[in-house]
Amino acid sequence: MANLNPAPLGRTEPALRQFDLARDRLRDLNAFLHQRAALEGVTQVRVVNPDGAHSIACGLDAPLDVEVLGHVGYYVAGMNQHATVTVHGNAGPGAAENMMSGRVHIHGFASTAAGASAHGGLLVIDGDASLRCGISLKGADIVVGGSVGSFSAFMAQAGRIVICGDAEDALGDSLYEAVIYVRGKVRSLGADARFEPMAETDLAQVAALLAAAGFEHSPAEFRRVASAKSLYHWHADADQEY
Amino acid sequence: MCGIVGLLVKKPALREQLGALMVPMLTGMTERGPDSAGLAVYTEPVAASLHKLSLYRGTHAIDWTALLAVLSAELSGPHEIAQNGNHAVLTSAANPDDVGAWLAAHEPRVAILSIGQSIDLYKDVGAPADIAERYRFKSLKGSHLVGHTRMATESAVTPAHAHPFTAGRDFCLVHNGSLSNPHLVRKKLEPLGIEFETDNDTEAACRFFEWRLREGDDLKTAVQRGFSELDGFFTFLMGTESEMLIVRDAFACKPAVVAETDDYVAIASEFRSLAHLPDIAQATLFEPKPEEIYSWRI
Repeated sequence: MANLNPAPLGRTEPALRQFDLARDRLRDLNAFLHQRAALEGVTQVRVVNPDGAHSIACGLDAPLDVEVLGHVGYYVAGMNQHATVTVHGNAGPGAAENMMSGRVHIHGFASTAAGASAHGGLLVIDGDASLRCGISLKGADIVVGGSVGSFSAFMAQAGRIVICGDAEDALGDSLYEAVIYVRGKVRSLGADARFEPMAETDLAQVAALLAAAGFEHSPAEFRRVASAKSLYHWHADADQEY
Repeated sequence: MCGIVGLLVKKPALREQLGALMVPMLTGMTERGPDSAGLAVYTEPVAASLHKLSLYRGTHAIDWTALLAVLSAELSGPHEIAQNGNHAVLTSAANPDDVGAWLAAHEPRVAILSIGQSIDLYKDVGAPADIAERYRFKSLKGSHLVGHTRMATESAVTPAHAHPFTAGRDFCLVHNGSLSNPHLVRKKLEPLGIEFETDNDTEAACRFFEWRLREGDDLKTAVQRGFSELDGFFTFLMGTESEMLIVRDAFACKPAVVAETDDYVAIASEFRSLAHLPDIAQATLFEPKPEEIYSWRI
């Protein structure tokens, strides 16, 4: 019966497929990633000339390795599941938005709302992330090599955000259970966010996330920001000024 | 949603190619703004004694040459007219206010889109690629330009509501976003004798900044003042005869990317409008930070 399920002939390395978005349609790329790649046994896909196109490698649901050479537009690797997506360039708004698992690595900078409402997986941004990084985070990990813009981790519910640079205004506003580790200056904390001491477990977590992301800072340089939980319950007597 | 584009060339030799470099930028923003498009181009200024007026006749059957003949007979010149379809650029030695009053009295179907010594303005409804073709944007020459593709959200789709908006002399503004208090701004400006042509929110911002310029502010100071006067979402891109300026609201709600090389500064809502530019791989790319004012001079 073995010959009914033969191994792919002469294939010692995983097959690599290249798409050139100067010529190939984005829709064909994503359809290949969604459907054909598994059928054809392709596990590595390279995308050249992305030229800021939207939704590249969006909605993947397989352990593919996608490499994008250039800058991408909105929603790269949105809703990612299982795949590893690497962008050798900058990303537009909503990179890895609603990621479920896998790994997304932006080697340049990321625009607004990177990792918004991501449930799982790891998002690494080597450069800066703009405003609202990790907004409504639901369980993913984000490691930013540079700085983050205002309102980052707004209403983040679960997951961890490691910021190697600085944070602008209102970091962690209305945080739930997500935890932020920040190495640089914080212009201001958001409502109900507070600095907390770093426990041994925090140091270990930061060390593990930095190692996973490929950054070489000392975990001892980071500060922990978490929710004071004073907004968890309604206080009728409070002055309601947040 | 809308798309904005701006291009300022630093090398005088590139002024010949300004339009050709810009057309793919403008059409690249079609998905952000498919219903109207326009641009202001800043050319070599005319002599100090002259002004240029960009005119628009829409679908009215007005003969530009005949109009020029009547105008020349009644207002001391010289006057010249360069026709470009239903747009024309009138260059005149007469006071532009007198020309405006004359047009309002004799040919009110002609709209004045801009007045200045350097600015030429084109805008219309339709797909950006069609408008670029219609007015031969590819052949435009100049030091810098400011363009826009529109997806209307708060007022009608008409040529008058298309961007850029202008006020005063050689000043224009394009906008991606929406203001929440344009009527308050208007209420404040109208008693000062400032007249509005549309109910568009962007016009309120344009007239506010131009009023501040006339009151003696430089453009940066005027924009700084705007932070407390203009409420809403905005990425504003502005042009004067010598400057191009971009600013985003405090929440950076609307996108913008800047690419700068030794040869040019190019701005667009998204990178995909910059991807075709020469030496883009070597350009410094960044997103303007919220409420930080970036400007470049020719």
